Amino acid sequence: MTNSNETITETKDAEIKAEYKKFVGRKIIFILICIIAIFILAGIAATLGSADISFLETYSTILHKFIPTYFSTSWLADVCVWNLRLPRILMAILAGVGLAIAGTVMQAILRNPLASPFTLGISAGAGFGAAVAILLGAGVLAGEYLIIGNAFLFSLIPTFIILGLTRYKRATPETMILAGIAILYIFSAATTLLMYFSEPEAVKEAYFWMVGSLGKASWDDLLPVSVVLACCLVPLMWKSWDLNVMGAGDETAKSLGVNVGRTRVLILMLASLMTAAIVCFTGTIGFIGLVAPHMCRMVIGGDNRFLIPASGLFGGALLLGADTIARTIIAPVILPVGVITAFMGGPLFLYLILRKKKEFW
Amino acid sequence: MKLKVKEVEFGYGSVPVLKDVCIELAASEMLGIVGPNGAGKSTLIRCIDRILAPQKGTILLDGQDIKAMHQMELAKRVGYIPQTTSQVFPATVFDTVLMGRRPHIGWRSSEKDTEIVLAMLKMLNIQEFAMRDINELSGGQQQKVFIARALTQEPEVLLLDEPTSNLDIKCQLEVMDIIKNIVVEKRISAIMAIHDLNLASRYADRIVMMNSGKIFSAGNPVSALTPDNIEHVYGVEVKVANHDGKPYIVPLKPVEQNGSGN
Repeated sequence: MTNSNETITETKDAEIKAEYKKFVGRKIIFILICIIAIFILAGIAATLGSADISFLETYSTILHKFIPTYFSTSWLADVCVWNLRLPRILMAILAGVGLAIAGTVMQAILRNPLASPFTLGISAGAGFGAAVAILLGAGVLAGEYLIIGNAFLFSLIPTFIILGLTRYKRATPETMILAGIAILYIFSAATTLLMYFSEPEAVKEAYFWMVGSLGKASWDDLLPVSVVLACCLVPLMWKSWDLNVMGAGDETAKSLGVNVGRTRVLILMLASLMTAAIVCFTGTIGFIGLVAPHMCRMVIGGDNRFLIPASGLFGGALLLGADTIARTIIAPVILPVGVITAFMGGPLFLYLILRKKKEFW
Repeated sequence: MKLKVKEVEFGYGSVPVLKDVCIELAASEMLGIVGPNGAGKSTLIRCIDRILAPQKGTILLDGQDIKAMHQMELAKRVGYIPQTTSQVFPATVFDTVLMGRRPHIGWRSSEKDTEIVLAMLKMLNIQEFAMRDINELSGGQQQKVFIARALTQEPEVLLLDEPTSNLDIKCQLEVMDIIKNIVVEKRISAIMAIHDLNLASRYADRIVMMNSGKIFSAGNPVSALTPDNIEHVYGVEVKVANHDGKPYIVPLKPVEQNGSGN
């Protein structure tokens, strides 16, 4: 009798283990699919554009950079593919990865499905900083770094307000989001006010910044963005299990030995830094940081150890796809990518809310 | 003594919640804290797990001041099951229970951690839910998952805040039986804040009755749960019957309060 009971227990244990392994396998497959999707999308996006360059010519131009003797190129193809399309494609991937990961970790630490760089006002702060630089020509740094420096500086204001609230006011996740939305409105109003009294040409540029666009991407911009992303990703992955534990509530997390206050501050700082580094170069691209994590959670669950890389890669693919559509849908006119992400994401997000099985989707 | 709470005082801002609270807990003892809403039961439990820091007094675990201990060290020795937890994002039961290993491991879980989780799932009879989302379970099943998580910490002291609130009577008995068995078999000490006086009487070895932040009475269920004590603390007239040698409380009617009640 005891013997058969033990056998039952063992088979049950083995069953659970097998099922768990299958679950982990599914997450890894999802991540691999995202990586492959990015490569395929990038490959397609490089051949698309308003200039008439054939598929073979595109790849001949790219390979010319590495093996000049075997592959030929023309001046037009070289400028279009190497100087315009490739940096734009890479920036789309980096920005998508960064915004989606920032959204994922912000949602996890604030235990709030509405948290994202956009809804916490961090993107709006950066946008206002850029507008001040463009319209008034005023800022902390001079020359070509004026806009970037300003955007970065102003993006830190919402971060510090939210950090201050957590520190001195014992803010709940709900009050943080409300504070973030209040900050967002203040910065948008300030930006609108600035635009109201400015020259039409400058307003157009500032507007581009507010909607979000990848049109300004260049090879020189890619290095600082990728360095910041890499530096933020390492500690975020290291803290990913603590993020899971914090998802069970502050009290539970504390009782499991996690320093909740310090972890929250650290993660929020890193997420803001990533957002600022991206918004500096692209303007405020909304929606990616909000929806990419949700869509990935639907497929692979809420374990942040897998969710952070998965939603990063998914966000990268999503933004690259959106930008490719923005470039080609009514070519030669190039739409700001923020418009496409909003049009793609809005209905999708509504659908997710309407078909919700559980509490949030 | 496993745990000693000495002259602990705590207040939120200028509002005092705990005043001069002293408690002792022996190894493998189950202590029930009872008292009306706002008496300070939950606050006391949070102080013992250092989720709140008392302004005065000391709490000793095996003679060691918990204030001097690292948070991770305390987490290896004290498990806490809060009254309400809400999991916002999806998490499987298995992953939820695995979180209990956090104080022992950093980032990657090993085969040994998996074995411990499987053993706990079996002990609480929740194996069939292992891969289900925690939010899809009923209140009683969730409570079992949270107990499993706390036990996966392998604690020496288990703190429970209203473990039976929101459970139907069958679940209440199941959960209390599980806790009682753990206390006896694993020689864990447990402190639980509990509203139901009859459950407290039935399962606790000792009862501490609190009233407005102070300990009003302490002792075995028979000596603590007397009609006089209950009338004084709760303002309710009760009849105390005897059932299997344990007091059984039948509430009769609320008493007209005159004066401060203290």
